[in-house]
Amino acid sequence: MGDISKLNNFKKILEKGPIILLIVSVLNEFDFNYLNLKYFSFNFPFILIYYWSLKRSGSLGYGLIFLSGLFNDSVTGLPIGVSSLAYLLICGFSAYLRNITLRPSVIKDWFFFGFTILVVNSLIYLIISLIFNVQLNYYSILVNILFTFLFYIIFSGVFHYYQKLIFGGQSV
Amino acid sequence: MQASRDDFVIAIRSAFLKKENKQKFSLLALIFLTFLILITEKFNFKPIDYLKISLREVAYRSTFIVSIPENFIKKTYVSAKNHFKVYEENKQLKEKLELETSKNYNSEYILEENKRLRSTIEETNNQTSEIIGKVLVDKKSPFLRSVIVNRGSRDGVILGMAVLDKSYLIGKVVEVTFTTSRILLLSDLNSKVPVDIMPNNIQSILSGTGDYNGLIQYTRDKSLLEDDAIVFTSGAGGLFKSGIPIGKIKNDPINSKINVYFFSDFSQLRYVKITSYKEEAE
Repeated sequence: MGDISKLNNFKKILEKGPIILLIVSVLNEFDFNYLNLKYFSFNFPFILIYYWSLKRSGSLGYGLIFLSGLFNDSVTGLPIGVSSLAYLLICGFSAYLRNITLRPSVIKDWFFFGFTILVVNSLIYLIISLIFNVQLNYYSILVNILFTFLFYIIFSGVFHYYQKLIFGGQSV
Repeated sequence: MQASRDDFVIAIRSAFLKKENKQKFSLLALIFLTFLILITEKFNFKPIDYLKISLREVAYRSTFIVSIPENFIKKTYVSAKNHFKVYEENKQLKEKLELETSKNYNSEYILEENKRLRSTIEETNNQTSEIIGKVLVDKKSPFLRSVIVNRGSRDGVILGMAVLDKSYLIGKVVEVTFTTSRILLLSDLNSKVPVDIMPNNIQSILSGTGDYNGLIQYTRDKSLLEDDAIVFTSGAGGLFKSGIPIGKIKNDPINSKINVYFFSDFSQLRYVKITSYKEEAE
């Protein structure tokens, strides 16, 4: 009996996996910069939010995504609200794709993700540089977009496996 | 045509306006709230400042805790890499030490002479107050180069204070909360510092690049800036005292840019000195 309840608790923790990953990824220094790979960076929260909003929107609450954006801005030193806006727009784009999709395809999702991060990053760049007069490295953003796009396909595979393992066929 | 436009509008409306299953807030409402925060932040609205300060207090501490595993991996990786370089480095350091010791005698004499000459012309003297801080968060975002230290307004940190690693300038304080503060590193794109370049005593502005180096801007005669020339703070603007070493010049022949390589390694910052310089007549 005790073992079953322990297993249930463990499953409940695993079901919160996307939330835990989101909080950890916005708060920690997950960047591999100590490897001294010039310009290498990717935006893990973008991939996470897009995938889970698209495939299982109930896993990540919009309120939580908004809050995690505020925390991300505090940590990175960007104007408060910028990351929240980016994250929420990604949610909007993925919700739109979910609404218009009849037969899901990984490749279509991937390319739409590329389009989404291009639009969102451009908007954020405009807000930061034009409204807040903060200079950003244009090439770093471009490389960041490219790697985020490339890594999506890998992480979507991992998340797909995780989703099947933990949630089975449920799609809420 | 009309039907496809209707479908698009319906899909957009459904995505942004409809409150979905298991969602407590509508997406559009949250986007409006975010815009509101951004606008009020732009106009320095007081409640938003308090929100920012509280968020930072929580975020910096949480980041420090959450980053412990990755910091451990990072430290292990760096120490393993350094371990393999120890023998070669030791040989080089011994040679360097001999050279530096001989230089030291000269500089002691020059310092004394400088003091005497300053008192002759009755120049003001800089008095420093110094706070040692530990680097809590070193989030090397590709967009902004900054670190967070565990010293805030309760320890006497104020905006604009200079930050040093050993005796080298690394940045200035740009944000202060009660227990922490953010330091904008010299390598950040938004960092601009007036500098003196020795030996030719050329005044210029050092700007960050968002990378690991800086750039010399607005110099009339570039040919005077030779490789290995030393960059010091000029003291112009009164924020930093003059003569704090920053880095070395290295010309880039390909794009004719004058790079500055900092003496301090910004990726290895552990403890920093936060100082302020008040001018006081001698």
